[in-house]
Amino acid sequence: MFAYIVRRLALMLVTLIGISIIIFVLLRVVPGNIVDILFDAAGFVDPTDKANIEKELGLDLPIYQQYLNWIGGLLHGDLGYSYVSEKPALQEILPRIPITARLAALALLFSASIGIPLGVISAVHQGSRLDYTLRVVSLSGLSLPSFWLGLLILMASVSLFGSMPIYNPNPATWTEAFAIYAVPAMAVGFRSAALTMRITRSSMLEILRQDYIRTARAKGASEASVNYRHALKNAVLPVITVIGIEAAFLIGGLIVTETVFNIPGVARFLVEALRWRDYPIVQNLVMLIAVVVVVANFTVDMLYAAIDPRIRYGD
Amino acid sequence: MGSMRALAVAALLLLPAYDVASAAEPKQGGILRVYHRDSPGSASIHEGATFSINIPFMPVFNNLVIFKQDVAQNSVDSIVPDLAESWAWSDDGKKLTFKLKQGIKWHDGKPFTSADVKCTFDMLMGKSQQKFRQNPRKSWYNQVEDVTTNGDFEASFSLKRPQPALLSLLASGYTPVYPCHVSPADMRTKPVGTGPFKFVEFKANESIKLTKNPDYFKKGLPHLDGIEFTIITNRSTAILGFVSGKFDMTFPTEVSIPLLKEVKSQAPNAVCVVEPVNVSTNIIVNSSAPPFDNIDIRRALALALDRKAFVSILFEGQADIGGTMLPAPGGLWAMPKEMLESIPGYGPDVNANREEARKLMQKAGYGPDKHLSVKVSTRNIPIYRDPAVILIDQMKSIYVDAELDVVDTAQWFPKVARKDYSLGLNLTGNAVDDPDQSFYENYSCGSERNYTNYCNREIEKLFDQQSMEKDAAKRKKLVWEIDKKLQEDVARPIILHSRAGSCWQPYVKGITIMVNSSYNGYRYEDVWMDK
Repeated sequence: MFAYIVRRLALMLVTLIGISIIIFVLLRVVPGNIVDILFDAAGFVDPTDKANIEKELGLDLPIYQQYLNWIGGLLHGDLGYSYVSEKPALQEILPRIPITARLAALALLFSASIGIPLGVISAVHQGSRLDYTLRVVSLSGLSLPSFWLGLLILMASVSLFGSMPIYNPNPATWTEAFAIYAVPAMAVGFRSAALTMRITRSSMLEILRQDYIRTARAKGASEASVNYRHALKNAVLPVITVIGIEAAFLIGGLIVTETVFNIPGVARFLVEALRWRDYPIVQNLVMLIAVVVVVANFTVDMLYAAIDPRIRYGD
Repeated sequence: MGSMRALAVAALLLLPAYDVASAAEPKQGGILRVYHRDSPGSASIHEGATFSINIPFMPVFNNLVIFKQDVAQNSVDSIVPDLAESWAWSDDGKKLTFKLKQGIKWHDGKPFTSADVKCTFDMLMGKSQQKFRQNPRKSWYNQVEDVTTNGDFEASFSLKRPQPALLSLLASGYTPVYPCHVSPADMRTKPVGTGPFKFVEFKANESIKLTKNPDYFKKGLPHLDGIEFTIITNRSTAILGFVSGKFDMTFPTEVSIPLLKEVKSQAPNAVCVVEPVNVSTNIIVNSSAPPFDNIDIRRALALALDRKAFVSILFEGQADIGGTMLPAPGGLWAMPKEMLESIPGYGPDVNANREEARKLMQKAGYGPDKHLSVKVSTRNIPIYRDPAVILIDQMKSIYVDAELDVVDTAQWFPKVARKDYSLGLNLTGNAVDDPDQSFYENYSCGSERNYTNYCNREIEKLFDQQSMEKDAAKRKKLVWEIDKKLQEDVARPIILHSRAGSCWQPYVKGITIMVNSSYNGYRYEDVWMDK
């Protein structure tokens, strides 16, 4: 197990170096840089001004030199400066991380706490009206885009309560605090809840057909004990994988949700930074997301081993 | 007695139209909450070219002179002193001298003097050691030879030749006076001004906060304690925020005509106005390469346009048709209707125009059996894309098969600059409703913003002639003549001039939306809230 962990950690490092090169090269390949965008707004380019800004931002250096400067800085904890706000990138990124982390954690919590029980209920009552209803709900969860759902929630809030959950760093009441994070978390988590539910259902159905379940029933175990102690424990492995993958893909949904609910988190900031080709922000944020994804995958693998003692990765 | 009675009746009739609350004594205090449509790149007005900067940061500054903020139509007659106490032109019209107010302090406590005026304009003219990162309005000062000071409270602009319009350019929201002791880089992130509101905080993509300047040199102003702009890029969310009462005002001139209906249905008490914004939707024609190097094809294009269809489809009828200058009644320099309709393509009979266009196309070798294929390039934004689609449809009527070529915003200008297009659908905003700004920027030979490289030395002479003309009536006639020629030359066919809505809650008082500029009306020192 120890050797496996070391090997995985080394692979993680190689993956992150690869990602850093890909991000860097891709960003430079995308047409237009911040100078073009600044001058596009002005409607014309003065070649001398353009060259001055490129020099000021270090964009006149060879691409490998720019890369080495970035990585060198990163290793020293210097993430560079935002081209747009001219503030240190770390100062811009750090305060936004807890906002997105809270939203993502709540969305995952919502998806697991809704998706797993409903998946179990659906599987246990396979073929019933309840099962069909839940399957329709899950299908719609997978089909509805989160921006549409988010807008729908906002419109409903305005027309029903005359108010709306827009981000406020200092919520006055618990209701407001709840609305600020929980409501958007539901909008973004609805899709993964649906996915979790479907995976739980199919996994449970597979397990419920196993011989040992029949044996447990034959031995007189209660339905609840069969479903939750015997079946769910074994059915939950693929669900954990899905939740792990969803944690990585959540960022896509968060971009939209943060925009719709006007939450100043990392995801929305990334889109804005991309619009301005604010390279230092984009590079560092994508690296951050890459680290989250890689760590999430690693954690899922470790959880596997913890939940299923048969999995010990080469021990 | 009869006349007294008539007077009383007239007064009673007028009463309902008169806003009683706005006549009341302004109340002090309150934070005006406005949503902002996007995150401006910086806080430096001089380096910006969008009113996304003017709207939140104009309240931080003062100009030498300013268009009176409660008069909706910017004109020379509505210019009032701001940092200047008074101004005077020399007899030959080549020197403009400002006497400055004394005792004014920058927000950091340093005194304002004529040196600040000189260093601001030296930077704008590119004569200073300190440089702006970008200087989009450098051409405004092409006729200024030098800015000199006489003591701490007098500054003079010496001109190469008379240019009466300089005063209007100085009165724009785009022309604040910057402090000498703050670097251009700091002005981008922590602007220091003399204005009614002090800069507090600018969190990119989040918010911009301003607070009342208690030492403002205009006594009793401002009325508000502060202004907070919440940046909301999603328009639907922003509008919902306004109708739910989270905001006191929408971002000015950012409510489209269809959205306005929604606002009025959900917030019937909101005060909403629709005004022209001095932004024209136009076609840029690459006349340096085939097929549009052929004047017949350019003229056929101009004749094929059904401008009314554009107006009714895109703006539900609420937009204006005109030439280069903003149409009346908002605009001050527009041609009379009869003159406008005498220009090919502006006549009311669209079928007859198109018949003429088809003849020109046949002359150029095209017809029902041989269509011309072109691309219409434009930015990937609805306000650009939608008119481009209508244009493509209209061009079918003159044997032109056009294809839409959407370009990423970051690539739009470089593409236009290298002339890598045939036809482009473009939007042109004018900061000041003055021919000097519009003609020199967009149509003079060699101007950076003259995207089509249109160059007509004869018209160029007329540009200078109108620019030097002191008599407003004579100048107007010259401007009409120039505008007509620009349209006949198909320099940059103007499709329409857009209008847009602005809304605020009924308790917000003292808001005036300018009818001929999107850049000059946001000082907000006289805005107050009746609550």
